[in-house]
Formats: sequence, structure tokens, C-alpha cells
Amino acid sequence: MDKKLLRLTVNKQEYEVYINPKALLVEVIRDYIGLTGTKRGCDTVSCGACTVMINGMSVKSCSVLAMQAEGAQITTIEGLEQNGKLAPIQKAFIDHGAYQCGFCAPGMIMSAQALLNENPHPTEWEIREGIEGNICRCTGYNSIVRAIDATAEGKYREDRS
Amino acid sequence: MNKYTVINPHSEFKVINTHVHNIDGAAKVTGRATYTFDVKLPNMLYGKILRSPHPHAKILNIDYSKALELPGVIGVVTGKDTLGVKQGIWRRYQDLCDEQVLTVEKVRYIGEAVAAVAAITEEIAEKALDLIDVDYEVLPAVFEPMEAIKKEAPEIHEGFERNINVTRHIEWGDVEEAFEEAEYIREDWFKCGGQAHMCMETRAAVSDYTPDGKLTIYHSNQSPYYMQGLMAGVLGMREGDIRVISTYVGGGFGGKFELDGAIFCSAVLSKKLHRPVKIVFTREEDFIASKRRTPMFYYVRTGVKKDGTFCAREAKVFTNGGAYTGMGATALYLTGFFHSFPYRWKGYRYDGYRVYTNTLPSTSMRGFGAPQAMFCSEQQIEWIAADLGLDPIEMRRKNSHYEGYEVPGQATIASCGIDQCYDEIKKWIASKGKLPANRSIGISACGFMSGGIFNWFDTPYSFSSAVITINQDGTVELHVGAQEIGQGSNTTMAIICAETLGVKVEDIKVHSGDTDHCPPDLGAWGSRQTLMAGNAVKMAAEDAKKQLLEFAYAQSGYNIVYDLDIKDRWVHAIARPERGYDYGELVKKALRGKDGQRIVGRGYYTPHRKGMISPAYSYMLQGVEVEVDEETGKIKLVDSFTAHDCGQPINHLGLIGQLEGAFSMAAGYGYLEYMPYEDGKLMNPNLVDYKMIRATEMPPANIAEIDTYEPEGPYGAKEAGEGLTNPTAAAIGNAIFHRFGVQMKENPIRPEMILNALREKAEQDKAAGKDKPGKKK
Repeated sequence: MDKKLLRLTVNKQEYEVYINPKALLVEVIRDYIGLTGTKRGCDTVSCGACTVMINGMSVKSCSVLAMQAEGAQITTIEGLEQNGKLAPIQKAFIDHGAYQCGFCAPGMIMSAQALLNENPHPTEWEIREGIEGNICRCTGYNSIVRAIDATAEGKYREDRS
Repeated sequence: MNKYTVINPHSEFKVINTHVHNIDGAAKVTGRATYTFDVKLPNMLYGKILRSPHPHAKILNIDYSKALELPGVIGVVTGKDTLGVKQGIWRRYQDLCDEQVLTVEKVRYIGEAVAAVAAITEEIAEKALDLIDVDYEVLPAVFEPMEAIKKEAPEIHEGFERNINVTRHIEWGDVEEAFEEAEYIREDWFKCGGQAHMCMETRAAVSDYTPDGKLTIYHSNQSPYYMQGLMAGVLGMREGDIRVISTYVGGGFGGKFELDGAIFCSAVLSKKLHRPVKIVFTREEDFIASKRRTPMFYYVRTGVKKDGTFCAREAKVFTNGGAYTGMGATALYLTGFFHSFPYRWKGYRYDGYRVYTNTLPSTSMRGFGAPQAMFCSEQQIEWIAADLGLDPIEMRRKNSHYEGYEVPGQATIASCGIDQCYDEIKKWIASKGKLPANRSIGISACGFMSGGIFNWFDTPYSFSSAVITINQDGTVELHVGAQEIGQGSNTTMAIICAETLGVKVEDIKVHSGDTDHCPPDLGAWGSRQTLMAGNAVKMAAEDAKKQLLEFAYAQSGYNIVYDLDIKDRWVHAIARPERGYDYGELVKKALRGKDGQRIVGRGYYTPHRKGMISPAYSYMLQGVEVEVDEETGKIKLVDSFTAHDCGQPINHLGLIGQLEGAFSMAAGYGYLEYMPYEDGKLMNPNLVDYKMIRATEMPPANIAEIDTYEPEGPYGAKEAGEGLTNPTAAAIGNAIFHRFGVQMKENPIRPEMILNALREKAEQDKAAGKDKPGKKK
């Protein structure tokens, strides 16, 4: 198949890549652009390890073609920190031990951030529903829920300029 | 949403059991952590594995000439490109080394590796698999252990009569006499399911064989040292010429310390093609061609006195071993031992048979045989209490282990907090008050080991080792072979090192997961690292500290009867803590005093005279509040509580995370995670159909930590995080029993099983002229 030129904006940086138009967004992010923070854990859009944000909404990047993301603002785990300072949700994950092996953490954090973008003060149940699409085999989720809850409470907010 | 309480806390520590963050945090929450899945080397090829569609067949011929013609394909290997070594992790016992990872003559399960392709992209490698022609002679196959032991069953491995792979016998006391004393005897059969490890990172390896005859392997595993040893064996190389790097590992849970297709095939391809080769399993491959928790058929006969005193127990177990031995031989032993836990039996007898079948090999998985054992034991004990009209908690209590108890010929219990666990669970149950009509509570007790003392791997090294080097600024290089797989071992080792040396966690850099730079260690399995590697780290830190304090003494001018110490980087006499100086200063002085040689501390741990199983045992008791929908049979966990004795907690955040995580996996084993096979084929090898606990299904995991002191453990610590996979399936079953009076003898407990049981009970009750079921007992 003929390759196509794709202009993709990831973490506010514009990239030009020649890709197979059937390539999934996760493949382009990982294999073409080289941002390996985004993981893959299944082939069936079930595990959430590849979650990124498109225009602030959480999307499993194995469920969309890269071509469909042209012109959108894509944020990956690498795009959350600013000037070397962690985002509140990242600090909260560390403070609550909300990861163990860490393989689900990038996708989980993106889902959590997207949830908070949409609903800054979620209830515990809303948090659980917000991360239902992300599997974590290690933690049993409760530490993740505590981390998201504490972030919503404003515990980790601070100047990151 | 969760309550965490500590009973009998110790507080003399500066670092241990404080709120220390996991030291890999910055890497893991920013996407910087590089897993094997992320490794990309220059000139690297991508490999794919061709797998058998047959459960049992002879390979007559493999023709891969068409695959080689596909542009982008660089090479293909089959069993003929290997030395054909039959390997196994029980390498001390030749007859248990039965697996050629790339099979040569025969396939024994659907999904077994037959050939491997390397190409310039993964896509091309995948396409090339379709171009390989394999001629099979299909053989009769057998899938269930109770069928496979029949005389007429097909032979899976030559020379193993009735397909019996390994047997295990454990016995103490006069079992017949103890049964004679019993006033009530009950026997039951149970069927325990398998379970997928389902590590988020599937099996993955990158192998790079270089012209100097050295092999470097990036591999997602639980024991780089085992991989190094096993790979040396199958490739005919020296261990020292193989380097295994496993820096970040995306989960293990007992499934990643045997050779897998990714490491073996990538290495064979790299050796043949002289280029780095990467193989990553798809999720489907991970389901059908890694390994799984061992399914078991359990017969249990238990004799007690009418007052609830336990007399005798006898168990016979047939496990579905699948096609090869692996770690399954250890699971066969441990299930038989932990089936006796945490109780005292005057007579105990266990006979285990691991049976080969033409299915995915079964192996160790978190809990290591004990979750199966407890599913049977803890439900039967609940039923016995009900049969005799006794309080199930008090009946358990009066028969439990205690500090100083000797399991005859097997183990000495040096620390045991289970008695307090009973108190705590009673408080929790009382606090719940009257439950809604659709809910009920079930409990379950268990214990677990803190590392195995057995050496079937035949290592000539100590079981754990640590080396500490102190830099001129006081920072510390801690080299350990203990493997971080997410359980927090790097952090736990840093905490023990910092506490012992008297410095801060930020001063410690942990080097692990690299056989070139870290001392050998058996790795992360059987809950061994906190105790064994922890002792090695403590010893190494004490060694380094002693050397530093020699210089401190020499220039202090204190009477030699004074004790000097370092705490929080402050060097001081214990009697005069206010008069001291900075630890960094002492390090610089010590360097000058040693002619510039750095301070190096060494430590190790090898168990001696610790019985048959483990140096120490943890204890726990769990209660779950369960809601069952009578119409659908659907289970919902509403709340949970665990009283837990892991000795002295070391890594506070890590401990909570491990207990919550073990509970979620155990709950999955109890009612969700089901592996149905049809004619040897797994019917749900994907995350749509294989159900596991998600955030919305996870109930609160309340914990009461009973701090005891384990003399064999570093600072009194013992196992945590694996044992808690053991009680939950039985606790769920017990909750269902108390609500409906039905006995769940198979797990995972699925809705249709509950509905069937309710229907049967209704019919029986009707026949007996009783009320309809659904009333609480």
C-alpha cells in the first residue's frame, strides 16, 4: 500500500511521518515518533495501556488510525510534565503507590487526567467508571482511586512554571 | 474508602515502615521506564513464532523455503537449529527436564512453538508464518488428568507410566489412629480452576549474539540469574558469556521464571542470523503459549472431635500438569503442605499426582498451589463447623498454629500472629451489624512461606547476595540480584540498606536486573526476596557500616565501651547523640584511611536447618461481604477485611499495594477468571472474554496489620503480598454457603453454578418438604 504523509501534533510538537494509512495511532506514536511511554497490552481494545488524550479526551490509541488524528492535539504520558515538573496526577500516583510494575501506569494516568479534565470533582464511583477501561493487574485499583481523589481535592496543585 | 490499622506497632525505625515512595516512581509515572517491550537495538530484526494447531502430533517435515522467499524475511529456525536440549527449571533432576522450547519431533499442546521467523518488520514476519508448511501426523490426545491416568490413555512423554509426571507424599503422625479418634469425618471432592498470570507486559525478549561469542538478552522475567543459567544450558554456552538485562518488568506473578518462547527463539535466531532479534508475544500468544496456574482435583477427608478439635486429614490431589513440568513440580509440593495450614493435625497425609495432559503447561502462580488448597480446606472446615453446630472462627482458633509450634518434620513456627487475626475479624464482622437480605459474609484463614529453601535449580551460589559500595559523597551503590517486578523489591532493599547504614533512602541507588553487574540471586518467586535478599542487604550494610565506624572510633577518643552509631546521616555515640558529625565527613576520612579504596560491604543469605519448606511463615485471615443476585447468579464483592501478620512491615506503601493487589487477583480466581478448554483449545484467549477484576468490581480492601517479630527475617520481616492470593476464593464460597446453604466445590464460582446449586437445593428441599431456599442459615 502507498504510504501517506501525515502531520501529527503530539505534545504540542508537530511531526511529519510517512506511514501506511492503515497504521494505528499507537504504532505511529511508539514506532515512528519513538514515544515509548505509551504501551500496548492487548489486541482487542480491552486493556487501556495505550490510552492517550486527543483534544483532552481519553482515547485508546489502538482503536483509531493515525490518519484520523490529523489536526488534533494529542497528549501522551511524556506530555504531562512541564519544565521537568510532574503534573499533580503524576505526583499523586507516586504519593499513593498507585502503580507497581508500572506498565499500565501511562495509560491509567492519561485516563485519570482526562476524567479530571471533564469532571474536576468526581465521586468515587465516577472515578472507578472513569478508569474501568484500564486494566491494572498489580494494584487492585484502590490506590489509583485514592490518587485520583486526592488530585481532585487539589492536594498536589502547585506552580509548575 | 479503605481502612488500614496497625496492631502492636514498632516505632524505633527511621526509614522502615515509614511513608517511603517507590524509588522507581519518577520513571514509571512519566513513561521513562524502558521495558523489554520498548527496547530497540540498531539493525534489529523482529521475530514471530509458528505454533501448533494440534494438541498432540508428530512433526514429519517442516518446509520453510517459501517463507524465505518473502522479501524482508531474513531467516527461519526450527528445532533442528537447536541442540535439542530438554530443559526444565528443576535442572537437578534430569527426568523433570522435559521441554524443548522449540520442539524437535513432537508437539504436545495447541500453541507449542514449531518454528520462528525473523524479518525486517513484525508484519513481514507474521506474513511469513503462513508460508511455512508443516506436515503433522496427528496423535490421539488427552486433556484431563483423570482421563490421562487411565491405562488406555495416549502416552504423552515416553516412559511416564499413566502420564504421571511427578508424585509427592507428605505425612506426619499416625493418620489411621488420628482418624480413629475422630468423632466426625467428612469427605469432599473439589475442582480448582487454572488462571492466567495476565501480566500487562506480555512475554518479550531481545537477543543480541555478537561475533565475540557473547549473548546479551533483554528479557521480561522474574529471575535474570535463572534465565542466564537455563539459556547457557540450552545453547551450550558458558553462563558468564550470557548477560540478561531485566530492568523494568511489566508483571510476573509466577509466570516469568522459566524459559519462554520469546527468549529462546530470539536467541536461536540471533545466533543463526548474527543480528539482534526481538520477539514480543501478542496477548493471544500469552494466553495460549505461556503458562497458567495449575488446575487441581482435590479429595479431602477430615476427621474432628465433636468439640471441634482437629484430628486427622488426608488429601489426594490430581493436577492438570499440561504438557511439561516447569515449576509445576514445586506447586504440587506446596499445595500439599499449605493444605494443612494454618492448623495443627495429629495425623496428616497428602498424596499428590501431577499428570501430563495435552494442554498448556501449568506452573507456579502467585500463591503457588496454596489458593487451590485453601479453596478446598477452608470451605470444608466451614461446612464441618456448620455440621457440628460450632462457631467457625473459634473452631479455627482452637486448632491454629502458635508461636513455637512445630509442624512435625516440616517446619518450626517462630512467629505467628493468627490468634490476633481472629480477634480483628470478629470485630469487623460485629461492626457490620445486620446485613441486607441479599448479602452475606464468608471468612477464610491461611498462611504462606517466606521463600523456599529447596535447591532444585542446583545453584552453587548463595540464595541471595548483595554488594554495597559507598561513594565519597556518601551516596551508596547497592547491587542486588533480587528482581524488581513491580512488587517493590528495589524500594524494600533501599529501605533496609538506608535503615541499617543510617542514611536516607535518597542516598541509595539500587542496581538490579542485570547479571553482568549484580550478584546472583534466585529472584522473585515464593515470596523470598524480603527475607532472603533483605538479610543479604542488611548484612552488606552492616559490613560497610562497621568499616566506617572503625574510623569513627579511631578518631573519637571515646572509651571503647561506648557504642557509636549512624542514624539519619549523623555519626554519634549512642549515649551522646547531640555530639556528632555528618556521615559524609566520616566517609571522606575513611577513604583517606584506606589509601583511597572505597568502602565495600558484602552480604549473603543461604538457609540452613530451616525444615523442609521455608525459614518463616506469614498468617492471615480474610472476610468478604458478598452480594449475590438470585435471578442471575451474579456475584458482587461489597466489602472486605484482612487481618494480616507479615512480621515487621518494611515498605509501608508497598505492603498496602501488595495486599490490595493480591486480593484483586484472588477475587478474580474466586469468581471471574475462567479458562475453558475444548479439545485442548483455550476458548477465551483475549481480554474481552477472559474476565478479571476491574476498578468498578473492586471492593474496599480494609487491612489490619498484626505486627509480630520474625527472628529469621531482616528486622523481623516475613512474607507479604503472595499469601493473600490464597484465602479469597474460599471466603466467597463460604459467604454463598451462609446465605443459601449450598456448597461451591468448583472455582471460579460462576453464575450458572450458583443457579444450578440453588435449583438443586430447591428440588431437594421440596422433596423433603422444607421451605424454599434463600434464607440465611
